[in-house]
Amino acid sequence: MKNNQEYFIIKNNSSSADLEDIPVMDYVSFREKIISALNEENKHCISYYSVPSEDYLRLICCIADDSDKSIEIFSCKSGKDIKLIESAASLSPQVHIFEREIHENTGIVFTGHPWLKPVRFSHSRADKSKTVDGYPFYSIHSEELHEVGVGPVHAGVIEPGHFRFICNGEKVHHLEIQLGYQHRGVEELFLSKQDALQWCILSESIAGDTSVGHSLAHSQLIESLSGMEVSEGLQIERCIALELERVAVHIGDTAALCGDVAYQLGQVVCEALRTVVINTTQLWCGNRFGKGLIRPGGSNYPLNEEIAQAIYDTAGIVEERFGEIADCIYSTPSVLARFDEIGIVTKKQAHAIGTVGPSARTCGIERDIRRSHPFQYFRNYIVDPVILESGDILARGMLRSLEVQGSIKIIRDLLKIWSESKRNEEKPVYNYRLKPDSFSLALVEGWRGEICHSAMTDKNGKISHYKVKDPSFHNWMALALAVRNQEISDFPVCNKSFNLSYCGHDL
Amino acid sequence: MAVIILIIITALFFPGIILRIKSIASGRKGPGVLQPMKEIAILFRKGSVFGDTSGIIFRISPAISLSAVVCAMMVLPFGNLKAVISFEGDFIFFSYILALGKFFSIIGALDTGSSFEGMGANRETFFSMLIEPAFFILLATFAMFTGHTSFSDIFAGFHISSDHFILIYSILAVYIIIQIAVVENSRVPVDDPKTHLELTMIHEVMILDNSGFDKALIHIGSYLKFAVFGTLLYNVVVPAGINTILQIALFFSIQFVFALTIGLVESFRARNKMNKNPKFILTISAVAWIAFVLILIMTNKLT
Repeated sequence: MKNNQEYFIIKNNSSSADLEDIPVMDYVSFREKIISALNEENKHCISYYSVPSEDYLRLICCIADDSDKSIEIFSCKSGKDIKLIESAASLSPQVHIFEREIHENTGIVFTGHPWLKPVRFSHSRADKSKTVDGYPFYSIHSEELHEVGVGPVHAGVIEPGHFRFICNGEKVHHLEIQLGYQHRGVEELFLSKQDALQWCILSESIAGDTSVGHSLAHSQLIESLSGMEVSEGLQIERCIALELERVAVHIGDTAALCGDVAYQLGQVVCEALRTVVINTTQLWCGNRFGKGLIRPGGSNYPLNEEIAQAIYDTAGIVEERFGEIADCIYSTPSVLARFDEIGIVTKKQAHAIGTVGPSARTCGIERDIRRSHPFQYFRNYIVDPVILESGDILARGMLRSLEVQGSIKIIRDLLKIWSESKRNEEKPVYNYRLKPDSFSLALVEGWRGEICHSAMTDKNGKISHYKVKDPSFHNWMALALAVRNQEISDFPVCNKSFNLSYCGHDL
Repeated sequence: MAVIILIIITALFFPGIILRIKSIASGRKGPGVLQPMKEIAILFRKGSVFGDTSGIIFRISPAISLSAVVCAMMVLPFGNLKAVISFEGDFIFFSYILALGKFFSIIGALDTGSSFEGMGANRETFFSMLIEPAFFILLATFAMFTGHTSFSDIFAGFHISSDHFILIYSILAVYIIIQIAVVENSRVPVDDPKTHLELTMIHEVMILDNSGFDKALIHIGSYLKFAVFGTLLYNVVVPAGINTILQIALFFSIQFVFALTIGLVESFRARNKMNKNPKFILTISAVAWIAFVLILIMTNKLT
């Protein structure tokens, strides 16, 4: 960890810092600093939020530097009465969603922001008169164009969200995505609950398909704030669980992609295979989605020889069967015709909107937290991220099959290292004490991209602010860009190729 | 009358056979062959729900669509047995009575005032318009070398001549009829009857608002349509005037092979991108043109 005058640098993913050590600037220089930092290609904004307080308003912006494993923390304080500040989004578009969130929560107006609309209609929003039914949609008054609204209730078994298309016939000119229907007040619950086990369960439910990812981020955060160290054996187990989740979801997504283009063979084979993987997770911890598996300080379900063997066998089955079906899917002309060069996000766009995870890696951006800011056992085990260039649906599909292969290799290697290392016998710790007046942040590369949990404690060691950022928060914008000038009938398969979380965004 | 009974029997099993084939191809047990019929029985016991924005057109359109298909069945012959109704130019009647049924299902969809259904109606109209030439060129070719313009006369006289060009033409005609049936019945690769995604639907989105009794009528109409096109296939392939039992056996085998083809296509390929559909459909018309010119040359009618 080192310090300079402008910002605080966290050198190591998931380490805590004294709040006093984080330098505070005024907003003008704060804005300049984050804009100039985000101009660099290897940096992106991982979280940017306001911390409410009695007498002042504090903004914190965390920017990850992918080249040297560091995270830069910028901070600014300003008087409570401030209502108008200049937007940074006009120059660094990737902070647009964060500024919208700050605007919604505090009522501050960012002048020059191109799209200052509500994000999720949170329970604690500043202006209670704004409701989800009164969302200010963008509209074009034209005789030729027409609007198509989809949702919030959809035909399939998916979460609620409203999509408003402006189309010319079959061609989409503009898509506006309105979310917020899933808002449960997760961040407020973290503050009102002050109970270690409840926090764990809460973190598992932030996004049901990323239970392991979010609970791992939460546990890392708690461990760094309370100074707990976990054994190597436990770190390996956590990495294996995370990779199992990645394999299962990627296979399930491949099935859904095939289903959307009516390719039955790919759909049914992948669906059956996903079940094999999640059943292995169930054998391990009793829950198919890994709920209850990750706890701070230890584990209720330590890996044993029998489960390790089952995971090893599953890896073999998946490698063989998924390899076969992936070859089949990506060599069927009728499927390729639906995926190739459709829903393209360019590298330039991806940089501008700060997209993360697989959707960045398909646009030629190397952005993988496992590599750039390693956590848990990935500090010792180097992961080679899969990078594709074309940014279309085919790339997002192919990336999934390549990452499944990659994760299987990781699982096998880690199982081997695990069998030679000392077994962990740590039990979960719930009666820890958090360091007072501290700040910490934890990054995890979930299957959807980087998950960021950050928290602050007050002088009594109680959590005074908790912030969750799901990768979907960045990536919804990528979907809106991907469907521009595409056919409206290709929207569902575009949407599926990103498979973003509604509840992870809405919190 | 025989042909109507045969078509109804076929329609009872046709959708179930497609379902069975798709489930076998995907390694699942799948529902029984009569499952679609059981579902229809359930729908018949239910009432219909009508939206506030829909009017009388929406209520009458399912019944009109079904009766149009039933009328179309009347002009189909079965081997030497003449159709229930037969007159010069009845194939034009056949095509346009089906079009009338489709017209009513389209304006019924527009009547709901839903943006999805408007979009589906728009697509359905466009694709139906493109498939029409294929059907007429096909029938014109039949009319040209048999010298008749009614189904009964065309198919009675079709296989009497034993020229080798008949074989070539039959093969092309089978291909064209199967493709027309795929487009008319909104199956893969043109449409996906299984999808839940409103934005990608063509036919399915038009019937989203229909429920209960009306929905059952629509399903029956589409099952009958399959059997109707299967009957056309049978008439093209099997010569008229052979043993009746053999004829019936061949009729059902051809219908089965037809269902098998559709089931297998749906199991092993993806559907078209929406803007590829017009090309796909125009290709069918192009094949029909080629067949037409081929017959012109072979029968020396050009000179």
